[in-house]
Amino acid sequence: MSIRAQFLLNHPGFALDVDLDLPGSGVSAVFGHSGCGKTTLLRCIAGLERGAGRLDVNGETWQDDARFLPTHQRPLGYVFQDARLFAHLDVARNLDFGCRRCNGAAAVKRDAIVDLLGLGPLLDRLPERLSGGEQQRVAIARALLTAPRLLLMDEPLASLDHARKQEFLPWLERLRDELDIPLIYVSHAPDEVARLADHIVVMEAGRAVAQGPLAETLARIDLPIRLGEDAGAVFAARVAERDAEWHLARVEFDGGELWVRDSGVPVGRRVRVRILARDVSIASSRHDDVSIMNLLPATVIAHAGEDHPSAVLVQLRIGATTLLARLTRRSAQRLGLAPGREVWVQIKAVALIG
Amino acid sequence: MLSLPNLASDLGAVWLTFKLATVTTLILLLIGTPIAWWLARTRSWWKGPVGAVVALPIVLPPTVIGFYLLLVMGPNGPVGQFTQWAGIGLLPFTFWGLVVASVFYSMPFVVQPIQNAFEAIGERPLEAAATLRASPLDAFFSVALPLARPGFLTATILGFAHTVGEFGVVLMIGGNIPGATRVVSVQIYDHVEALEYGQAHWLAGAMMAFSFLVLLALYTLTGKRRP
Repeated sequence: MSIRAQFLLNHPGFALDVDLDLPGSGVSAVFGHSGCGKTTLLRCIAGLERGAGRLDVNGETWQDDARFLPTHQRPLGYVFQDARLFAHLDVARNLDFGCRRCNGAAAVKRDAIVDLLGLGPLLDRLPERLSGGEQQRVAIARALLTAPRLLLMDEPLASLDHARKQEFLPWLERLRDELDIPLIYVSHAPDEVARLADHIVVMEAGRAVAQGPLAETLARIDLPIRLGEDAGAVFAARVAERDAEWHLARVEFDGGELWVRDSGVPVGRRVRVRILARDVSIASSRHDDVSIMNLLPATVIAHAGEDHPSAVLVQLRIGATTLLARLTRRSAQRLGLAPGREVWVQIKAVALIG
Repeated sequence: MLSLPNLASDLGAVWLTFKLATVTTLILLLIGTPIAWWLARTRSWWKGPVGAVVALPIVLPPTVIGFYLLLVMGPNGPVGQFTQWAGIGLLPFTFWGLVVASVFYSMPFVVQPIQNAFEAIGERPLEAAATLRASPLDAFFSVALPLARPGFLTATILGFAHTVGEFGVVLMIGGNIPGATRVVSVQIYDHVEALEYGQAHWLAGAMMAFSFLVLLALYTLTGKRRP
C-alpha cells in the first residue's frame, strides 16, 4: 500500500518537479518554506491543478498519461488553509454537503465524527459565527464525512493564533490515532511536523530534496533542510515512571532514558520526544557537577557545517536512536570530534510531544 | 386641475408595462446568468469585447439601439427574414418585438450584478465543492447560485425597473399600439401631446412612486447584507 505521485508543472516563475513515494497509511508531512510548492503539490494530488505525471493511491490510478480523474471523482478529503465552509449553509448542512454526495458511505459515522471533533453544540450555527479553530474542525469533519481514501490538509493551523493552535493540535492527534486514512499534511511549522508526522517530504523550490521516515530524516545532517534554530531529533519513547516528589517523569527510549518535566502523561503511554540540536552539548567525559539532569553516553557518527560558518551540526548515536547537537566549530575541534569518538551528551531540554 | 384617470386605456398600458417587464426580466435571468458566469470566470480574449457589447446600452441613446433593431428585425433584415421564413411574421410593432428590444436594452442591468456576484464568490467555494464530490454543474446550483443570491436580487429589481422605464426603444420598435406596444411611458407622452396634463399626472406620479419604492427596496435589502 503506497501513494506514488509524480508531477511536472510549469507556471511562470515557478516549476514543480516531484517524484514521491509515500506510505499508504499514517501521516506524511510535506514540509518547506512558503513558496516552495507545497500547496501546488497538494492541488495536483487533488486534481485542482493539472500537471503532467501520474498518481497512484493505494492501487488506484487517479492520473496517468491517458487519464485524469476530475477532482469530484477522486475519493479524497481536502482541508484548505482557509476552511472554505459554505457561507450560506449552517454547520449541519455543510457537513451533509459531502455526505449526501457519496451515497451515505460515511453517514453511519457521522455521529462519531461530530463527537470526535466536538461539533455537537455548533451544528445549527452559520460559518460566520464560528471561530477560526471551530471552522477548521468543521472543515475537517466535512472532509471526513465523504469517506475519503486519502486526506489532504493544507496548513490547517496557519490561520490560528498560538493558543488556538495548542487547543487544536490534540484534535488532529486524535484523528491520526483513531482513523485509518492516509493523511498528507502540508506545513511550514517544524513543531507541527515533529508532533504529527510519521513520514516527511522536504520541499525546496518545487523539488523534494528529501523524503523518508520522520526520525531518520530529521536526524540527517547531509540535507539542505534549513531548519535553523529548529533542527533537532524526534524519536519514540515510553513513560516508565513518575516521580511525585520532584514532579518529574522518566521516559525510556531505544538507547537509554531521560528525565523530563511531568506533564501528567500516565505511566506506560507511548510519547514522542523532541530534542533540539541547540539544547544538546557534548563533553569528552562524564560531568556530574552540572545542573543538567540528562547525561548520556553517545557515539559520534558524523558532523557537517551549518548555515553560519561558526557552527557545526553533530550527529550522535545512543543505542538505536540518533541525536543532533549544534556546537561551535571551535568546540568541535577542541574536543576532537571525529566519527566513532565516544562522548557524553548533556541534554538541556526535552519536549514530550504527542 | 386634476381630472380622473382614463381607467381603461391607462390600466391597459400599466398591465402591458408590467407584462413586458416581467417577461423581459425572466428571459434576462435565463440568458443573462450563463453570460454572467462566463464573463466572471473566463480568461478568454473575448471577455473584453463581449463585456463591452453587453454594456453598450448603458452609454448608447435608446434610439440607436431601437434603430438597429428595427433594421435587423425588419422585412429586409436577417432576423426579419428568419422570422418570416419561420412563419412568425415580423417582430417590429408587436409585443414580442418589444420583448426582444427590451432584453437587449436591459441586459447590462441584469448581467453586471450577477457577474459581480459570481466574481466575488471566486474559485474557492467551488473548489471546496469539487473536493466534496460535487460535479461542476452540481456546484453551480448548490453553491454558486445560492451564494450569488444578493446579486440576483439586484439584477431582478434593476432589470424589471429599467424595462418599466424605457421609452425611446419602445417608440422606435413598438410604436404606439394600444394593448400591444403602448406602455406607460408612451401613454404619458400621448397625454402630454394631447395637453391632458391631469391624466399625465396620474401615470407620471405613479411611475415616480414606483421607481422610488423599487430603489428604496433595493438599497435597503442590499444594504442589510453588507453592514
